[in-house]
Amino acid sequence: MKYSLLSLLRQGLKGHADWPRAWREPEPKERYDVIIVGAGGHGLATAYYLAKEHGVRNVAILERGNLGSGNVGRNTTVVRSNYLLNEELPFYEWSLKLWEGLSRELDYNVMFSQRGLLELLHSDADVDAAVRRANAMLLHGADAEILNREQTLKRVPIVDPDNARFPVCGALLQRRAGTARHDAVVWGYARAADRLGVDIIQNCEVTAIRRDNAGRAIGVDTTRGHIAADKIGLAAAGHSSRVAEMAGLRLPIESHKLQAYVTEGVKPLLDKVVTFGVGHFYISQSDKGGLVFGANLDGYNSYAQRGNLPNVETTIEAGVHLMPCLSRLRLLRHWAGVMDMSMDGSPFICKTPVGGLYLNAGWCYGGFKATPASGWCFAHTIARDEPHPLNEHFVLDRFHQGRAIDAKGAGPQPNLH
Amino acid sequence: MRIDCPLCGERPLEEFTYRGDASLKRPTGATADSQSAWSDYVYIRENPKGPHKEHWRHAGGCGAWLVVGRNTATHEISDVKLARPGRGGMR
Repeated sequence: MKYSLLSLLRQGLKGHADWPRAWREPEPKERYDVIIVGAGGHGLATAYYLAKEHGVRNVAILERGNLGSGNVGRNTTVVRSNYLLNEELPFYEWSLKLWEGLSRELDYNVMFSQRGLLELLHSDADVDAAVRRANAMLLHGADAEILNREQTLKRVPIVDPDNARFPVCGALLQRRAGTARHDAVVWGYARAADRLGVDIIQNCEVTAIRRDNAGRAIGVDTTRGHIAADKIGLAAAGHSSRVAEMAGLRLPIESHKLQAYVTEGVKPLLDKVVTFGVGHFYISQSDKGGLVFGANLDGYNSYAQRGNLPNVETTIEAGVHLMPCLSRLRLLRHWAGVMDMSMDGSPFICKTPVGGLYLNAGWCYGGFKATPASGWCFAHTIARDEPHPLNEHFVLDRFHQGRAIDAKGAGPQPNLH
Repeated sequence: MRIDCPLCGERPLEEFTYRGDASLKRPTGATADSQSAWSDYVYIRENPKGPHKEHWRHAGGCGAWLVVGRNTATHEISDVKLARPGRGGMR
């Protein structure tokens, strides 16, 4: 059923008792053209664009838990393209362009709100670096503006104007950046992919990747039996190393955890996304009124989805330092997600040394904003067996070639990206 | 999480700095053949879900480098040793 004003009226008259299920729950078939491992945002988007852009409709998405129960449901929902390097900026800008048409494309309201993102600058050096990045953004067709101190404080009056250690010298504003409803992105892609014939199979954990005598991947063993496939795409986020190991691959990835926080709901207080250079702190206000924020990784390898308290303290210190009015708010909850931290802070969307096996991983904590373009580029890579120019640099052997995409210059230390 | 430093006793997490996988072996020499061994050493990780040997430094305490056995799925710490016993932990 197409969602429209008419369908809303019709269902409303019937007391909303008659809405059809948004997607099917099919039994797995014996064979598919393409299997995607992981029904998070990236996996679902990949299946959708495979069917929509490349006509590959005999596709299954295998998910060990429930749809969207990983990082796509555990992030702070920020969407932006304020990047620096030629290898990454056009990709993220394409993602932002896809976000701008996504609700219409999927016939599902993903509540994309382009409220603007203010990146605060605290020193002359900060301003110089931001001007350079803003120029890079403009050259690649993204939008960027440099604001001075007065313009910045006028837009976010709750920022402490007298902070002696980190004075506000200005900001880099991206007006087209914003937030989206993370669960709606999952449901929208799932429904749209399902309508194109993609099978979404939940509670089906991949336990092995089968290969033929030539070493090519030919199918997977799962908790619901063997499923054959011509091509297999991995989109397993924090568990990428574990899934890739089933095909004998070792990845330049460490799994780390990142915490996010939400406060009780309050009246409208903050109408932008604001990022603070101190401790990587970022904050926005959700439509329900809660302030959603986060900061640095906990800093050590973990698959636990459980954060540590010292980092809670550090994050809240940064927040109160920036916006003293936050100090009286109560935290509703906080949680941790498992990040696939790559060695240079940049992702992988590529073929692998194993024939028929493709990899989408290494999203660090930038995965949510990348969801549409990641799926779009991964679908292209799988369908055509070659990368799109937008993701041609996101390859596994870039480290061996000395072509790391390390915008921050932090080196091969994943907990510092 | 608390780590039992062999020199200082059990201390809170905030005093320690994380370095990463302690099982990596630094290749010897720098020949054309050793290039992939070097790039594996610098960039490739086992990234296990379960027991993991890792380097921590007691930066906010005695300064010793430690090898900590820790489970990445449960955060349980099984053992803590000095990285270079006999040299005061090699500061």
